[in-house]
Amino acid sequence: MTDETAVLSPSTVGPERPAAEGGGRGRPGQVWRSRRYRWDLRWSPYAFVAPFFLFFAAFGLFPLLYTGWAALHQVELTDPDSMTWVGLRNFTRLWDDEFFWNALRNTVTIGLLSTVPQLAIALGLAHLLNYRLRGSAFFRVAVLTPYATSVAAATLVFVLLFGRDYGMVNWALSAVGFEAVDWQNGTFASQLAVSTIVIWRWTGYNALIYLAAMQAVPAELYESAALDGASRWQQFLHVTVPSLRPTIFFTCVVSTIGATQLFGEPLLFNGGAGATGGSDHQFQTLGLYLYEQGWVNLHLGRASAIAWAMFLILLLIAGAARLLRGRKDSR
Amino acid sequence: MRALRAGRLTYVVLALFTAGSLFPLVWTAIAASRNSTRLAQTPPPFWFGGNLGRNLRVAWTDANMGEALLNTVIVAGTVAAGTVFFSTLAGFAFAKLRFRGSRPLLALVIGTMLIPPQLSVVPLYMLIAKLSWTDRLQAVILPTLVGAFGVFFMRQYLVHALPMELIEAARTDGASSLRVLWHVVFPAARPAMAVLGMLTFVMAWNDFFWPIVALTQNGSPTVQVALTGLGRGYIPDQSVIMAGALLGTLPLLAVFLVFGRQIVGGIMQGAVKG
Repeated sequence: MTDETAVLSPSTVGPERPAAEGGGRGRPGQVWRSRRYRWDLRWSPYAFVAPFFLFFAAFGLFPLLYTGWAALHQVELTDPDSMTWVGLRNFTRLWDDEFFWNALRNTVTIGLLSTVPQLAIALGLAHLLNYRLRGSAFFRVAVLTPYATSVAAATLVFVLLFGRDYGMVNWALSAVGFEAVDWQNGTFASQLAVSTIVIWRWTGYNALIYLAAMQAVPAELYESAALDGASRWQQFLHVTVPSLRPTIFFTCVVSTIGATQLFGEPLLFNGGAGATGGSDHQFQTLGLYLYEQGWVNLHLGRASAIAWAMFLILLLIAGAARLLRGRKDSR
Repeated sequence: MRALRAGRLTYVVLALFTAGSLFPLVWTAIAASRNSTRLAQTPPPFWFGGNLGRNLRVAWTDANMGEALLNTVIVAGTVAAGTVFFSTLAGFAFAKLRFRGSRPLLALVIGTMLIPPQLSVVPLYMLIAKLSWTDRLQAVILPTLVGAFGVFFMRQYLVHALPMELIEAARTDGASSLRVLWHVVFPAARPAMAVLGMLTFVMAWNDFFWPIVALTQNGSPTVQVALTGLGRGYIPDQSVIMAGALLGTLPLLAVFLVFGRQIVGGIMQGAVKG
């Protein structure tokens, strides 16, 4: 890269004139000042970025590598200092573990149930918010409010709303002639209920991201589409959605990462029954299973193996997304 | 597109969305103002009862919500302040200073965003156990004190918001990097610092996975950990649980009421450039 004095050209005419150093005419104070000044220019960028990398090394990189190491050992939470080498046993055990596959299946189902409707609704909502509106600031803040609600508070409310006997959802269903649903014990019903919490908390957030992207779409595109006689729906389909494709891709990736890590909602939706994800593990996700293995059953080594499995799954998804996008772009 | 005026139907649909967004929160308050007997009846209550004060008091004392709130304010405040400060330093360096390795280092910063937090939770726990930090607030503050998102956010803002001429003028006057930072960068970055601070505060306030691993109800829980205790039925009274949920949410709702527009702007800004 370029020499830093050349980049910040004013410094060369400042106190850093070469004469001050080599010519011997400068007083010792000036020499010292110019040297300090050059040091400052050269090293302060590193000082500014150093805190991030120091914290990342201590609390990000070290744990990341150490997880791989711990996954090859038997470690108990009660005595984390004594580690017994077991090779790949934590991983082979996982392969034969029906609860792991169950958790993986649940994570995928709940992920799809929450991500797909969430992004579709967010896209429609953003389209509405993009009209010239009276009180648009109010609507934007209002749909974002769930984002300010914590997983814990939101889940506790939804547990009550989805209650089997006295919950409001079942009351509303029976009011319009449907039968009451056991939202906590049915497999599909409970997964749908957990997904609802996710959808409620994140739809407004994604809508704002889409709205920002929509406002960057040039107005001429809509004008020419309107001249060609395209209806509003056709404009949405043929102008808005294609222009938003990178943003849609971005939100898909972010939501998928979020869905893989789903933890708080299934933990608390279980009421007082702990980390099993329902009486029959029907809504136990991978994140919850990791927590159960590590902090309920005290097997930190197995928890580490689950963490690495989750990471590999994420990498697979990322790779698949890349392929998918590459193919779309080349078309 | 901006020329298109919203029709009546748009307002109706948006009103429905708004109702759906706000209803669970309003209903939290309604349920918190009733008692558990009334909550176990159909139809569920649709309007406020007279028990709010009592339920808030019980939640406050039995679940230690006062202490939990204080802990959460300390955690979220420190994390927000730290993130804003360190992100502005790094964001400035990446946006305006040239130094060897800046490009790969920036790529590394962005890359760290892809690492799922679960991947580091086991060693992180072993680390804080070794330091005897379990149940202490520094266990949840230090690992989240800096973040890649913040660095990226500040960089994107400063690239456009901070004219190179300002920095060069200060340099010509012989200002050191620290002086430039204090007299040029911080004033220029202030709007973005405020938005990042609020976003980080909300995120830190609502953080769940790591606090529940590192803190228990017996030590110094954050609000989220304390709420888990309520939900697990140490206090089986549903209306008290809702009062606790309300206590944990109200401070953030207040922040939203005051700074909602800025937070919306911040999310939209981060989105376009991200």
